[in-house]
Amino acid sequence: MLGDFAGRPTPLYFAKRLTEHYGKAKIYLKREDLCHTGAHKINNVVGQMLLAAKIGKKRIIAETGAGQHGVATATVAAKLGLECIVYMGREDTHRQESNVNRMKLLGAEVIPVDSGTQTLKDATNEAIRDWVTNVRDTFYVIGSVVGPHPYPMMVRDFQSIIGKETMQQISEKEQSLPDYLLACVGGGSNSIGLFYPFIESDSVKMIGVEAAGYGITTRQHAATLTLGKPGVLHGNLSYLLQDENGQVMPAHSISAGLDYPGVGPEHSYLKDSGRVRYESVTDTEALDAVRELSQLEGIIPALETAHALAYLKTLIPETAEGGIVVINLSGRGEKDLGTIFKHI
Amino acid sequence: MNNRITTTLQELRRTNRKALSIFITAGYPTIDATPEIVKTLEASGADIIELGIPFSDPLADGPTIQQSSDIAIKNGVTLPVVFDMVSQLRKTTAIPIILMGYVNPVIHYGFDRFMREASGRGVDGLIIPDIPVEESQAYRTAALENNLAPVFLAAPTTSDTRLRDIDAASEGFVYCVSITGVTGKENGIPENVKAYLQRCQVNIKRNPILVGFGISSGDDARNISSYADGVIVGSALIKRIRGNRKNDYLPAIRAFTAELRQGLDR
Repeated sequence: MLGDFAGRPTPLYFAKRLTEHYGKAKIYLKREDLCHTGAHKINNVVGQMLLAAKIGKKRIIAETGAGQHGVATATVAAKLGLECIVYMGREDTHRQESNVNRMKLLGAEVIPVDSGTQTLKDATNEAIRDWVTNVRDTFYVIGSVVGPHPYPMMVRDFQSIIGKETMQQISEKEQSLPDYLLACVGGGSNSIGLFYPFIESDSVKMIGVEAAGYGITTRQHAATLTLGKPGVLHGNLSYLLQDENGQVMPAHSISAGLDYPGVGPEHSYLKDSGRVRYESVTDTEALDAVRELSQLEGIIPALETAHALAYLKTLIPETAEGGIVVINLSGRGEKDLGTIFKHI
Repeated sequence: MNNRITTTLQELRRTNRKALSIFITAGYPTIDATPEIVKTLEASGADIIELGIPFSDPLADGPTIQQSSDIAIKNGVTLPVVFDMVSQLRKTTAIPIILMGYVNPVIHYGFDRFMREASGRGVDGLIIPDIPVEESQAYRTAALENNLAPVFLAAPTTSDTRLRDIDAASEGFVYCVSITGVTGKENGIPENVKAYLQRCQVNIKRNPILVGFGISSGDDARNISSYADGVIVGSALIKRIRGNRKNDYLPAIRAFTAELRQGLDR
C-alpha cells in the first residue's frame, strides 16, 4: 500500500535554483508533497489503518487541523471500506475548506468542533471523547506524534520511512550523510520521521522549526518548544503552552497544521538532550518562503512546510560551501491558496 | 486512611445507607455562589461534595461540565481561589470535600505544594481522571503524606486485574464509571451495567464503590445503588443551575438532591 497506493518512495530532489539563490550548502528537498493526498500524513495513516483492520475495528475516527491528516484517513478508509468520522475545529473548516470537501467526497463525515479555540486542540479533545465512548468498535487514528502511549512511538515508527529513504537516497547521490536536516514542527510527525533514523549519526545536525505566529514576543504563536513549560495534554507529558494557572493557552499560526499548543513528547526529550535544535519563524516569513519556493523551483509548499523553508535564510550562512541540507517538504500548498492570497 | 471521607462512608455502611456524592464546578455560575450551593446540597441530603477545579481541556467531561468550566475560568477561578473557597466552607461545614480536576494545573502548581495547601485548607480527597494508576506513584505518595484520599477511576472496559490495582491504589472509595464515555450522557443506565458492577464488587474489596457518569434521576440512583455503596451526580445537577437565576436554581437543586436522596433511601 505504501508503494503503488501512497506513491513511495518519494524523490529526494536537488533544488538547484534554491541552492544558487542562497549560494552555499546544497539544498535537497524530500518530496513528501508527492505522496498520495499531498503530504506525509498518509505514511502513518496506512500503518494505523492496517492495524485497525487487523484488530477488527469497523469505525475509524480522526482529528485534523490543516485537513491533511483527515484527508489521508478518509482516503485509506475509503480504500479499506471502513466508516470514517473526522473531527475538525470550526475555524479550521473555514480556512481549509477544500480539504473539508475532499473528505466529504471520500465518504467521510466531518464534524466541526465548536468548543474552546475551534482548532486542532479542540478537535483532538472531541476525538478523544468519541474514542472513550465508542472504544469497543472504534479505532482512533491520531495524526501526529502526540496522544497517549503508544501513539507517539507508533506514529514516529510509521513516519520514519521518510528518514530511512532519505538516508539511502543521499548516500547514493552524495556518498555522504547530510550536514543538516530541517523540518517544521507542529505536533512533530514529519520532523521526527525525517530525524529519527539519523539520531545516532552524530555528524548530522537537526533543526525543527516551530510557528512563531505574529512573533514570539506576542502571545499569539505556536512556539511550544521555544516558550512552553512542561505539562500534560492529551495523555502525554511534554512542553505545553499554558498560562500562569496551568490552563492551556490558545496557539496561533497562519498554518492550521502547526496551530497546536502541545508537541510530541519525544521532541521535548530531544530538545532537553540537545540533540535537536528548535527555532521558530513568523507567519510573514512563512508566506515569503511559499512564494520563494514556488517561483524558484516550481513547487508550491504547504504553509506548514514553508516554516522550515523560511529558516534557510538563517541557516545557510552557517553552512559550508558543498555542505548538504535536507529539508522535509512535508506537504503541498494547494490547500492554502485561499489563506495565502488573503495575506499577500 | 482515616479522614472525613472514610468516616462518612463507614457510618453510612454501618447504618445500611447509600452515599450521595455531588459534583459542582467551583466558581460556577459565580465564585460567590459556590458556598451557598454547597450549603444547599448538604442540607438536602448530599454526603460528599466534589468541587471541580476548572480546566481549559476537560477531556472526561461532556458539554455541560465543559461549559461550566469555561465560565468558571472566565470568573477568575484558579487554584488559590478554590483553596480560599474550601477555607470559607470549612468555617461552617464538616462535609467531606474532594477536589476533582485535571492534572495539568496541579503539575503547574507543584504536586507537593498543592497537597500541603489542599490538606491545610480542609480538603479530604482528590479525583484526577487523567492520572492513570500506572503513572500515579509520585501523586499517590504526596497525597497520602497529607492525609488526602487519592480516588482512582474504573470503567466498564477495565480488566479484573486492573480493578484490583485500582482498589489497591485508591483510598476513600473507587470511582466506578457507569458507561464508556464522558460525563453528562442521559441515555439512561445501560443494561449491562449490572454485570460490570458485580465484577467491580468481586474485585474491589478494600474500598467502597461509588458509581458516577450518566446518573440523572432518583430512579437511576436507586437502580445503581443496588450494586454499589453510593452514586455520584454532576452534570444533571449543573443543568439545573444553568440558565437560572439564584432564586430559581437553589430550589431546583434542593428538589433534585432530595429526589436523588429518596432514590437511594427507598
